[in-house]
Amino acid sequence: MLKTFKKGGVHPHENKLSAAVAVEVLPPPQKVYIPLGQSLGAPAKPLVDKGNDVKVGQLIAKGESFISANVHSSVSGKVVKIDDITDPSGYRRKAVFIDCAGDEWIETIDRSVTIVRECTLSQKEIISKINEMGIVGLGGATFPSHVKLMVPEGKKAEVLIINGVECEPYLTADHRLMLEKGEEILVGITILMKALGVLKAAIGIESNKPDAIAHMQELAKSYKGIDVIALKVKYPQGAEKQLIKAVTGREVPSQKLPIEVGCVVNNVGTAFAVYEAVQKNKPLFERVVTVTGEKLASPSNFMVRVGTPVSELIEKAGGLPEDTGKIISGGPMMGKALNSADIPVMKGTSGILLFPAVESKRMQVQHCIRCARCVSACPMGLEPYLLEREVNAALWEEAENDRVMDCMECGSCQFTCPSGRPLLDYLRLGKNKVGQIIRTRTR
Amino acid sequence: MWGVVLALVPAMLVSFWYFSLGALLSIAVAVFTCVAVEYLVAKFILKEEPTLSDGSAVITGILLAFNVPSNLPWWELVIGSLFAIAVVKMSFGGLGKNPFNPALAGRVFMLISFPVDMTSWPLPVQNRFVLVDALTGPTALGTLSEGIKNGETISQLASKLPGYANLMMGNIGGSLGEVSAIALIIGGIYMLFRKIITWHIPVSYLLTVFLFTGVLWLINPERYIDPVFHLLAGGLILGAVFMATDMVTSPMTTKGMLIFGTGCGLLTVLIRVWGSYPEGVSFAILIMNAVTPLINKYVKPKRFGETVKA
Repeated sequence: MLKTFKKGGVHPHENKLSAAVAVEVLPPPQKVYIPLGQSLGAPAKPLVDKGNDVKVGQLIAKGESFISANVHSSVSGKVVKIDDITDPSGYRRKAVFIDCAGDEWIETIDRSVTIVRECTLSQKEIISKINEMGIVGLGGATFPSHVKLMVPEGKKAEVLIINGVECEPYLTADHRLMLEKGEEILVGITILMKALGVLKAAIGIESNKPDAIAHMQELAKSYKGIDVIALKVKYPQGAEKQLIKAVTGREVPSQKLPIEVGCVVNNVGTAFAVYEAVQKNKPLFERVVTVTGEKLASPSNFMVRVGTPVSELIEKAGGLPEDTGKIISGGPMMGKALNSADIPVMKGTSGILLFPAVESKRMQVQHCIRCARCVSACPMGLEPYLLEREVNAALWEEAENDRVMDCMECGSCQFTCPSGRPLLDYLRLGKNKVGQIIRTRTR
Repeated sequence: MWGVVLALVPAMLVSFWYFSLGALLSIAVAVFTCVAVEYLVAKFILKEEPTLSDGSAVITGILLAFNVPSNLPWWELVIGSLFAIAVVKMSFGGLGKNPFNPALAGRVFMLISFPVDMTSWPLPVQNRFVLVDALTGPTALGTLSEGIKNGETISQLASKLPGYANLMMGNIGGSLGEVSAIALIIGGIYMLFRKIITWHIPVSYLLTVFLFTGVLWLINPERYIDPVFHLLAGGLILGAVFMATDMVTSPMTTKGMLIFGTGCGLLTVLIRVWGSYPEGVSFAILIMNAVTPLINKYVKPKRFGETVKA
């Protein structure tokens, strides 16, 4: 019996078109737009100005708040300007515009391919290195990794869980990374374990990636305390709390962090980035991005410099198909539709998905027939139909009591709704409003 | 919802076989009236685009016809359909907003309005190819209820009651869609398979009836008939599979569904055994429909992260 979480979940078509396509390293693009805010929390303060020359890996913006991450240049060239750009969230945010020239890396980066297994740094040094290199969670939430590794006073981490689930349909970036950089990921895991002071780690992988499971299991034999766990294919298996439940059987309490049950979760991509940062001195300025879509000529996995415009990736994968209706950053379930192909790849961009026009349209909204599918699909045990009504009637207090804040926006309810109701829109609105009310109350 | 219509086809075919043209005519009249009324109310009273394509009015029509004797005068069926759609469904705002199951409420409306016609049950026709006034006779539950009232014991009644085989196949008197247990169960399995319904309501409903009547039967088998008879006779299977599972009027959580089914079961047995009507399925489900909002308010799904102490 494969492990999974118990409550709710849905089964979208997997459509992993690019699963067999090896990661192709793209040359640096002509120009990049590197947003200053690429992590959860405050945006970084720029250290460069118009006209400055930068090298690959050079720190160009410093994260000064507690929850904030450094940003490094992904190319060598000249800073053109620092100006607003639309980022994948749809907001106008500050970004550093760089015109590329050559590909000159800063000297401290070890560009050899030899795998360095030994890590002599102390716990503190590892965390400050990760901070310095601008590592953020690459699963999508982009939480600064060094903050996650600082276990709060009075709490104890017992097990590190590595997320190799990749439950979003279409995406294959983590899958390819595990196949091609498995050894590096495992070294990264040992470093993370050391930073957290834990002796056990578990890598959770959905059973639709048997090659990755076999490969990681084989490699993990020579590392102490690391288990590879095959998980049942069920969306959202890769959600943090659902993954913890599946792997350990523990349930993170409502509104609490995983550390409450002694767990810290990191993505396989993050483990790889940690390896490169700590062992190779390489800041986080490139990542694997899946570029995919049913009509796309060649769905691919690319190693891409952060700041590369999305249009360039689509060009490399065979060009924009004629009848494209939506360009989505991320997967089809939780991804966001982009309003322009000039939007750059960020640290949290796991995929670019092109949806044909016919599939991009929403269903016609019909009456709720109280079929209760949303209730049984919700992995958090909420009642989306009820929250929709409460939000629609602006009953914020009721929505709070019915736990709207527990919603993780996985979209299972909307996916399963036979009446095509935009449940997730209402839930997001409800979270937004109730969140505001809670913040003013505690102030 | 067209899946439900498909699931009703086996029982419909059985009704054509046993009740011949009467069944065909009843279904046609009820479906036509329901669809027409829904269209007219939506278009001219609610002034919104009629949504007939969801098939819900067709289902109401079929179920309503299933719940009446096949020789019911057609105009009574028209009035019942009108009440079911216009009053019970559309006056609350249409699909998804009605608190009561329209077909059942329509049936009960007819039962109270036309008590004689609604309880004159035709027996299955002997010669299918000649259109004659069919013979009428009581339903199995009617015979039982009447006999018990007259002080007869179960063993004295046994010869008058249909056997299990006939109850399964439908070769008995009764409303046109309820007679064949097998055909209804086939439809139910299809709906379970297509995930149109879940097992919670039918199973808890049937199990409650089985256990409750089973206990009574063990106490006094001469006064109370055996539980298998209760399961197969009357409209129980039709009600448990097609009426109680109506998603609009049943609870949203699985726990709530179990409470709902159990409540339906208890009420059905109470009415059948001690009530003045021989059959209690319609009333039981309608009463539980009324309780559904309360169940939804107090029976919440198990929240993720609730049981663990922080």
